[in-house]
Amino acid sequence: MPCEGTRLRFPPCPTARTPFPLVPCAVVPGRRRLPRVGARMTLAAGCCQAESGPRCGGLRQRRPRRPASEPSRPSPLPRAWAPLEAPVGVWAPLAFVTLLSFASRFYRLSEPPHVCWDETHFGKMGSYYINRTFFFDVHPPLGKMLIGLAGYLSGYNGTFPFQKPGDRYEHHNYIGMRGFCAFLGSCLVPFAYLTVLELSKSLSAALLAASILIFDTGCITLSQYILLDPILMFFLMGAVLSMVKYNSCADRPFSASWWFWLSLTGINLAGAIGVKFVGLFVVLLVGLNTVYDLWELLGDISLSLVTLGKHLLARVFCLILLPLALYTAQFAVHFAVLNKSGPGDGFFSSAFQSRLIGNNLHNVSVPEHLAYGSVITMKNLRMAGGYLHSHWHLYPEGVGARQQQVTAYLHKDLNNLWVIKKHDSNTADHLDPSCSVEFVRHGDVIRLEHKETSRNLHSHQHEAPMTRKHLQVTGYGINGTGDANDFWRIEVVGRKAGKRIKVLRSQIRLTHLATGCILGSSGKTLPKWGWEQVEVTCTPYVKETPNALWNVEDHINPKLPNISLDVLKPSFPEILLESHMVMIRGNSGLKPKENEVTSKPWHWPVNYQGLRFSGVNETDYRVYLLGNPVVWWLNLVTIGLYLLMATCAIVAMKRGVQLTAEFKELSEVLLHSGGKIMLGWLLHYLPFFMMGRVLYFHHYFPAMLFSSMLTGITWDTLLKFCAGRLSCSMGRRVYTYGTLALMLLIVYSFYLFHPLSYGMVGPMASDPNSPMAGLRWLESWEF
Amino acid sequence: MLGFLKQPVVVTAEINVNLVALTVMGLVNRLWALSYPRAVVFDEVYYGQFVSLYMKRIFFVDDSGPPFGHMLLAFGGYLGGFDGNFLWNRIGAEYNMNVPIWSLRLLPALTGALCVPLAYQILVELHFSHCAALGAALLILFENSLITQSRLMLLESVLIFFILLAILSYLKFYNLQKCSPFTAGWWFWLLLTGVACSCAVGVKYMGLFTYMLLLAIAGVHSWHLIGDQTLSNVSVLCHLLARGLALVVVPVAMYLSFFYVHLTLLYRSGPHDQIMTSAFQASLEGGLARITQGQPLEVAYGSQITLRNVLGKPMPCWLHSHKSTYPIRYENGRGSSHQQQVTCYPFKDVNNWWIVKDPGRQQLVVSNPPRPVRHGHIVQLVHGITTRYLNTHDVAAPLSPHSQEISCYIDYNISMPAQNLWRVEIVNRESDTDVWKTILSEVRFVHVNTSAVLKLSGASLPEWGYRQLEIIGEKLSKGYHQSILWNVEEHRYGKSQEQKEREVELHSPTQADISKNLSFVARFTELQWKILTLKNEDTEHKYSSSPLDWITMDTNIAYWFHPLSGAQIHLIGNVLTWASANVATLVYVCLFLWYLLRRRRKICDIPEDAWRLWVSAGGLCVGGWAVNYLPFFMMEKTLFLYHYLPALTFQILLIPVVLQHLTDHLCRSQLPKNAFSALMVAWFSSIYLVYRTFSPLTYGEPTLSAAELRALRWKDSWDILIRKH
Repeated sequence: MPCEGTRLRFPPCPTARTPFPLVPCAVVPGRRRLPRVGARMTLAAGCCQAESGPRCGGLRQRRPRRPASEPSRPSPLPRAWAPLEAPVGVWAPLAFVTLLSFASRFYRLSEPPHVCWDETHFGKMGSYYINRTFFFDVHPPLGKMLIGLAGYLSGYNGTFPFQKPGDRYEHHNYIGMRGFCAFLGSCLVPFAYLTVLELSKSLSAALLAASILIFDTGCITLSQYILLDPILMFFLMGAVLSMVKYNSCADRPFSASWWFWLSLTGINLAGAIGVKFVGLFVVLLVGLNTVYDLWELLGDISLSLVTLGKHLLARVFCLILLPLALYTAQFAVHFAVLNKSGPGDGFFSSAFQSRLIGNNLHNVSVPEHLAYGSVITMKNLRMAGGYLHSHWHLYPEGVGARQQQVTAYLHKDLNNLWVIKKHDSNTADHLDPSCSVEFVRHGDVIRLEHKETSRNLHSHQHEAPMTRKHLQVTGYGINGTGDANDFWRIEVVGRKAGKRIKVLRSQIRLTHLATGCILGSSGKTLPKWGWEQVEVTCTPYVKETPNALWNVEDHINPKLPNISLDVLKPSFPEILLESHMVMIRGNSGLKPKENEVTSKPWHWPVNYQGLRFSGVNETDYRVYLLGNPVVWWLNLVTIGLYLLMATCAIVAMKRGVQLTAEFKELSEVLLHSGGKIMLGWLLHYLPFFMMGRVLYFHHYFPAMLFSSMLTGITWDTLLKFCAGRLSCSMGRRVYTYGTLALMLLIVYSFYLFHPLSYGMVGPMASDPNSPMAGLRWLESWEF
Repeated sequence: MLGFLKQPVVVTAEINVNLVALTVMGLVNRLWALSYPRAVVFDEVYYGQFVSLYMKRIFFVDDSGPPFGHMLLAFGGYLGGFDGNFLWNRIGAEYNMNVPIWSLRLLPALTGALCVPLAYQILVELHFSHCAALGAALLILFENSLITQSRLMLLESVLIFFILLAILSYLKFYNLQKCSPFTAGWWFWLLLTGVACSCAVGVKYMGLFTYMLLLAIAGVHSWHLIGDQTLSNVSVLCHLLARGLALVVVPVAMYLSFFYVHLTLLYRSGPHDQIMTSAFQASLEGGLARITQGQPLEVAYGSQITLRNVLGKPMPCWLHSHKSTYPIRYENGRGSSHQQQVTCYPFKDVNNWWIVKDPGRQQLVVSNPPRPVRHGHIVQLVHGITTRYLNTHDVAAPLSPHSQEISCYIDYNISMPAQNLWRVEIVNRESDTDVWKTILSEVRFVHVNTSAVLKLSGASLPEWGYRQLEIIGEKLSKGYHQSILWNVEEHRYGKSQEQKEREVELHSPTQADISKNLSFVARFTELQWKILTLKNEDTEHKYSSSPLDWITMDTNIAYWFHPLSGAQIHLIGNVLTWASANVATLVYVCLFLWYLLRRRRKICDIPEDAWRLWVSAGGLCVGGWAVNYLPFFMMEKTLFLYHYLPALTFQILLIPVVLQHLTDHLCRSQLPKNAFSALMVAWFSSIYLVYRTFSPLTYGEPTLSAAELRALRWKDSWDILIRKH
């Protein structure tokens, strides 16, 4: 612990190619000398300088081996630590870890040859891109586009249905997509290696971080399947690496490499948020780092305001404008590729759907103005709102009046059709071709009759099923004959009385005549009896929200001339905005159900519970996503250790304890480099505590990457510190053996737990005959 | 000794007449005609019911906050001799004579009045001039929304009082820190900070925001202290420990004590019993305790028990079975075992009784001496009325097809033998040989053949299952969820050999032997957890608003309306004050950023100590505003304008800070200074005028005519009730 350290020395052994700091033998004289009983003496070997370090109580003791008159040495530049000057010493390990990483990720990649876990979603979405069918997903499109591209290039033709986990792939080529994900997943290791190397200038720290990631069963499993996570983590680590690189180019601003890394950061950021919105956290990390960076520059009086302006503009351009442009470009490609109607249509507005080939709104021509006798569908204006719907089912006993259900339904269906009738006549004369057409006008009182069941849209003084204080909406009457509660006033927002009502473009409000409430969709999902469709209520609160507004989408009236609706096609910014609203709504709609056991954020760093990727029974090929417990617990302990060390260092500095140059450098690495990584971990972990949506174990993996890098840096610093307190040879031995021991521990634990990723067959771990018997250290693990 | 004989005793009293005058004005302004209207106004209907429950000592759970605020209101009722007999059901209902409305409203009004001198003191302690301090106090004095809120039986003014008190005492403490640490005064103000913080948190959880802000400020100051190298390590440590004690330990202890008093006062069972666990209910007088009092503690073979689900969501219920069987085919075509239904039933019923049977023996009575069931024992559960065994097979459950169906086994003589052995696992055991205890033990039942776990799925069965709740056997039990835990609620040792006698026995009430009490910590933990997790369904309210409406006061709340005269009370602020506060915040932030960037470039526009003052005052006022306002954007509950009042108070304090800074540092010469002062006078007079204009809506009198009301509708979005004639 820095807090207890009294002395700090480094064995300067310039010949050895070790990541040790190459410190010249010199002495920094201490400024205070308080000889004190109990202060330990330095057991320094001849070649090492003896130097006193900090002491918590402000007491220091020093026993110089050299004459105190020797001039003090300037603190070594960070470069003195850098093993970068020895290229072989950096690149050979890099090649080695990269090789190991690829080997571990590609080993048994094709196993199991069936759909695993979320492959059923993302594989399917890849197929949609190949088939150019429009779909809806809560994540931005880049990840799935890349999966689709990989599949396309590797010869997959998009015909496999990906219906449910466990479906066999048979002859379909799935290796391409898995290989692509595994490739990106393998890149994480060299990225982490380079990042830690750049931050700590220490080879062993970098190797430690890399080996943690190589031998973590969780990272391996997550990289081996068709999932978004390897792609997300690739961009995320890429962004961190390039951010660190451009930070270290700070002494050469506006040089080629500076520009390169800066713009690469921007590109990676665009990639990260393009895959999942979780990428926003890394944007935040880079943003905070940039603000700090600019603040430092601002404090540098030697820089002119013009230079500062250049710095600012360069960052605005590379870190804001460039990512935004790329992000928008992804969506442009997404919309250009997916031009056919598909399963996602119903989530989007009518205008949006008119873009899609095969949708019934595409190139369609309908009568422009509503008339009595028209058959229509009405869509709620809330983003991702449904169609007004009714069906042959009654509200159950105890839920308002026992009348026919009226709901909002997201999909197209014959039960969405309604007929507009005059409130006072029930004859079918609107359909009589001899009769003249009468248009519906703003402010008219109408009746809406459900086409399939001939019941009228009805509301009354009963409470709505889900929303308190709202009124229930039902289907009432037989063959169109109901009562006065079936009358609704139709109004168009922002229109004068007497004007006609337009298809698609008019925003309609239906006011219930008897109670004065307004027809709306609350957005709440009904229970099983309502087929999990969305609740429709009549709200007594007169507020201008899209929940209470509707537009007419389909319109059938043979007596009216049709017009083309091409004018409706929305512009690109409108589509972009709408798809984001739909995604956000979809994301927040993923709420856990009652009495469902869900993963809690505190479970994750503890490695409390994994995810079953494949196989349940004894005979199945089972894969279980679970971090290597030794690695994860080491990470967990390290976070506490880091906080302790950082606190001691920072308090010692604040108390004005005189520190040696080496100690200063160590705490510099600890506080600045470690601090950045720690911030990354916090940003990728804490927000999950505030999220209301369903969470899964794999959400922790981005944070786990940071945690692993932190482990590398912290242990390396700790070992250096310990080594510094011992004699030269002893110190080196402690350092080397300590690092080796940690790595061996990691490798051995991987040897124990590797079946988690590479497949387990045979009895479950609870059976003593199983190879995994005795490894089920927590009862909550399910292998 | 006798010095006083030689010299006269002199008491020199220094009275700040400003302060006294402000206090008196505050009292007049808040307490005037306090018992008008003699009718339930707005949320009094909500807090009133809790006051009544306190008077009657009946236990309740309120998810809106901790109990200290309710207790303070109840204390007012206690002083006024309120007996709790009033039906709080409707806003506008006239109070009976037995409701001491003056004393019920007194406490909020007093705290509201004291906010005025507190504001004065805070500005003085921040080293601003008396003129600025006077300004701050007057702004608080003439703020209509604060007056309305303090004159009624509501908690916001109490909260604001404690918040301001905490800020003031911290400032006093901090100013003493430089000259005389560890003196009596120093300790007094430090401890008072902690106490006021815990009171603020105890009144409403919103107080946490200010508490956090104060902790952060104290943290920054302690950090400077650590950096102060003139202090020895020991004294730094003492300083830190003293702060830790006063700002962390004391508030936590106070907070616990609120709950202690709350639980001590409320010892009778009441309307919210069902929310709590059986053990908690048993600790209350009446209710469940009457039934469970004295029942045997240890469950033995032959015990007759009812099993309550620990989670109890969507509603508290007991394991139940009845004669009906599962339908052969469900609506969706899947088949069932056609065995007797097992459900979870939310009402007490004779069919909730089960008998614990030893698989190795035949008899259903408790032997003498009783053989207790321990953790890990294997039992059979026999349904008391039908004598069928609790059973499960590899058959899908009716509504949760991924889980197993639970049934009571009927032998149809087909190739489906009974699988009715269950292992009892006590989850909250202390050792592996623990005995299964009534009420206290949380147990899960693991099926021996399939290792499925008995669970409440939360779904309601359709018509054939009488809409009771579905019980399933979960095959892959993921961790510990409360829905798989059960506890014995009613319990007695079975004595009847014959089924006929047993039925009679099951119908008879349980009798009693022993009683047990939960410790305070257990009761506190449970109550606290329930308060935090209990979710009332979101209700839309006519006057609910979004945080964005608050800054500009685009919304108001009609609190009360006299049905005949048309007199009304509204929560409407002093428009001019709100606007000035917003301008002041904007000016502060802009100037702060400007100074900050310029200082970074080593250009100092204002002297160093003025800058420090600017930062500390702003950190407190803008910080206080931000922490009390911004979190509301992330809240999903129904929000009202009154939630903004604590933030507004901080914002008002900022106005004189900014004004004084502007006069001191931006108006260099005499002429603009004079002009500025004149402007100030005009501005203050208009604030007073606005206050006078809106005071009929604040005090509820005098009654205004429709035309006058219409003239008061300064914003279209305000909802002022105008009677149609």
